[in-house]
Amino acid sequence: MEPLLKVNNLTRIFTRAGQPDFTAVNHISFDLYPGECLGLIGESGSGKTTVVNMITRLLDASMGSIVLDGEDITNAKGSELRKVYRKMQMVFQTPTESFDPRRTLGDGVGESLRNSGMSREETKREVAKLLNDCGLTPEFAERYPYQVSGGQCQRAAIARALAIKPKLLICDEATSALDVTIQQEILALLNELRSRHGAELSILFICHDIALVQQFCDRVLVMYKGNIVEQGKPNDVIRNPKDDYTKRLITSIL
Amino acid sequence: MEILRYEHVDISYNGRTVVKDISFTLHEGEILGVVGESGSGKSTVIKAAMGLLGDSGLVTRGDIWYKGKNLPDLPAKERRKLNGPELGMIFQSAGSSFCPIRTVGAQLYESMSEHGPVTKEEFHTKALALLQKLGFENGQRILDSYPFELSGGMQQRVGIAAAMLLKPSVLLADEPTSALDVSVQKQTVEEMLLVRETFGTAIVLVTHNIGVIGAMADKVLVMLGGETVEYGETQQVLNAPKEAYTRTLMAAVPRLRSV
Amino acid sequence: MSEPTVRIQKIKKDTVKTRLIVFGTLAAILLVCSVFCEYLTPYDPYLQDLSNAKTPPSAEHLFGTDRYGRDMLSRVIAGSRTSIYSTLLLVAIVTAFGTCVGVFCGWHGGWIDTVLMRISDMFLAFPGLVFALAVAGVLGGGLQNAIIALAAISWPKYARIARSQTLSQKETSWLKAAKLSGSGTWKMIFKHILPNIIGPILVTSMLDIGTMMMELAGLSFLGLGAKPPTAEWGSMMSDTRSLLATHPWVTLSPGFAIFISVMIFNLLGDTIRDYADPKNRMSC
Repeated sequence: MEPLLKVNNLTRIFTRAGQPDFTAVNHISFDLYPGECLGLIGESGSGKTTVVNMITRLLDASMGSIVLDGEDITNAKGSELRKVYRKMQMVFQTPTESFDPRRTLGDGVGESLRNSGMSREETKREVAKLLNDCGLTPEFAERYPYQVSGGQCQRAAIARALAIKPKLLICDEATSALDVTIQQEILALLNELRSRHGAELSILFICHDIALVQQFCDRVLVMYKGNIVEQGKPNDVIRNPKDDYTKRLITSIL
Repeated sequence: MEILRYEHVDISYNGRTVVKDISFTLHEGEILGVVGESGSGKSTVIKAAMGLLGDSGLVTRGDIWYKGKNLPDLPAKERRKLNGPELGMIFQSAGSSFCPIRTVGAQLYESMSEHGPVTKEEFHTKALALLQKLGFENGQRILDSYPFELSGGMQQRVGIAAAMLLKPSVLLADEPTSALDVSVQKQTVEEMLLVRETFGTAIVLVTHNIGVIGAMADKVLVMLGGETVEYGETQQVLNAPKEAYTRTLMAAVPRLRSV
Repeated sequence: MSEPTVRIQKIKKDTVKTRLIVFGTLAAILLVCSVFCEYLTPYDPYLQDLSNAKTPPSAEHLFGTDRYGRDMLSRVIAGSRTSIYSTLLLVAIVTAFGTCVGVFCGWHGGWIDTVLMRISDMFLAFPGLVFALAVAGVLGGGLQNAIIALAAISWPKYARIARSQTLSQKETSWLKAAKLSGSGTWKMIFKHILPNIIGPILVTSMLDIGTMMMELAGLSFLGLGAKPPTAEWGSMMSDTRSLLATHPWVTLSPGFAIFISVMIFNLLGDTIRDYADPKNRMSC
């Protein structure tokens, strides 16, 4: 089977005047297959967010290539990039900050639909349906981000990400800022969406908690200081960790 | 010995009651875990003891007794004197409660000298002794560092040490582990346990993660919507929760399944 | 056990809306005054009556008369046209231009940003009024040229604010989300960035109204702004400053007018800032 996302030799070096170059991501390669949920785990500063920013083209790669659905997107720009975003969407860490505070949740969820030329009425109907799929009533379309709880806001963010039916959904610490109870609700929602979409939806799940990855992912990559130090099925990694950092991750679960 | 007692405490913000009828007793060297979701009023409970409710918040009913003093009725000036030497506070992110442009040592010295005269040398010996007791390998290096030179977990440990500098009898910790990576959460928990062991400090620990409570608290208070759901010995509550809500909280903690 | 103590809480009302209405109305009254000043003056502000010169405030002349016997109340009202109207025009020009440059620089970055920001540094490096004097000197006197001169020295401040605000907006998750939603540059600027940065910029311009009013008056005093006998608060004050000790009403009445209008616009600016903060609306 062809991978949906193929990351090859991806590297990012930050250069600052008067300081030594800093390699945030060091020649990493991995594949993500259709319908798969791949966990990317690592502590703050391990480079996992840099990887995400390069895949979503919010940051240029210093070296290497990113191929999404058979198309090289490493240097995609402008209208080409907007086409790429129809295949790839993202859920951010802090839900209330991922919506414009001056616009309603409905505006945010429907933005990609409006941009692809859908009429106002049709967008409204579609937004209501999307919110419903994510466990929210249509009234939430009229609310502002500060009027809803973190969990509700993250549900809306997932609805927004799924609006244009992407093939790849990137969850960047999408549950880390939430209460443990809400975290479970969001994971349950993601699981439900996965079983509904099957091979049509692949997930890259960025996280720092290996217990969540075990619960949710098919495969896991462990990142430490810009390198992938370990990869495999979560249970295999947990049973037989090779790297010191992975061992520390496992023993630190309370 | 009893050290801190909440009696039927109600707390309101601008006329809206956010905490209702909370009672608990904290003894010397005891760790109480207050657990609940965001909006359950759990942080408000300890803010009331610190006098950090702000202009719009007030303990509208009930009493908070600390060593024979009723905290809500103390004049602001006297209450401030308690913060630090009697009641210490640990924040969610110690990193952002430090000033970024001064060394850790300079900031600890400042907070110590605010509560009575102290020479640089006295401070230095005390701080180094404290850091050593709390398991820091190189105290001098910590004091000379700027906050950003320390990792997130180290910052939080230093935050705990900073609160202990004035040897308070009670530590109030507001989500001390929530902003941290799982891999360093444990360090923070161990640091707090070491504080209790070394100084006999009583700790009120507020968190949304009941797993952290299981790892360190003697007693637990489960809150929902500003009210007490369950209160009792940790082992008892966690092993045989009486309320469905407590079970929900426990089920939500991510744990490794045996493989 | 004794009964738990009960304490009464004083509830503070949210006053933002009331303040907005009050100060908004006051500012509107000032504006109406400046637009319809011809119809509001009890006497002709330029009519000299030397037999009636320097009379103290009375029922007939509420603010007294000046050294040529002109009614001060009428002159103050007539002066509102020049003072308020031209100040607002000036602030509007500066805000619009500065914001455009700032947003463009912040969004685009790169060498264009560097060049434009160095130019703004150049403008900031001169002492403001001296530079305005030079510009007004080159362009010649007159209210219009005074406005151009002041605009030339004031825009960099707005450009800097708009630029830094745009830069911080660019880093927010919601802007990244908008980009991922396929929104183009213009859409992101007009739908997401401008509405979020306009608050602090508007507040700055509101608070600047007072300063600008004084600077325009300053230029007028030096003969580079409004020319006598045109009624203009600043020049009225400086013209008559020799009378301050003997006939204080002549100097104080335009001073009072400046004081009141500057205060109203400052308070309005503060209120708009409070109102614009989305966190404030939460409690409404």
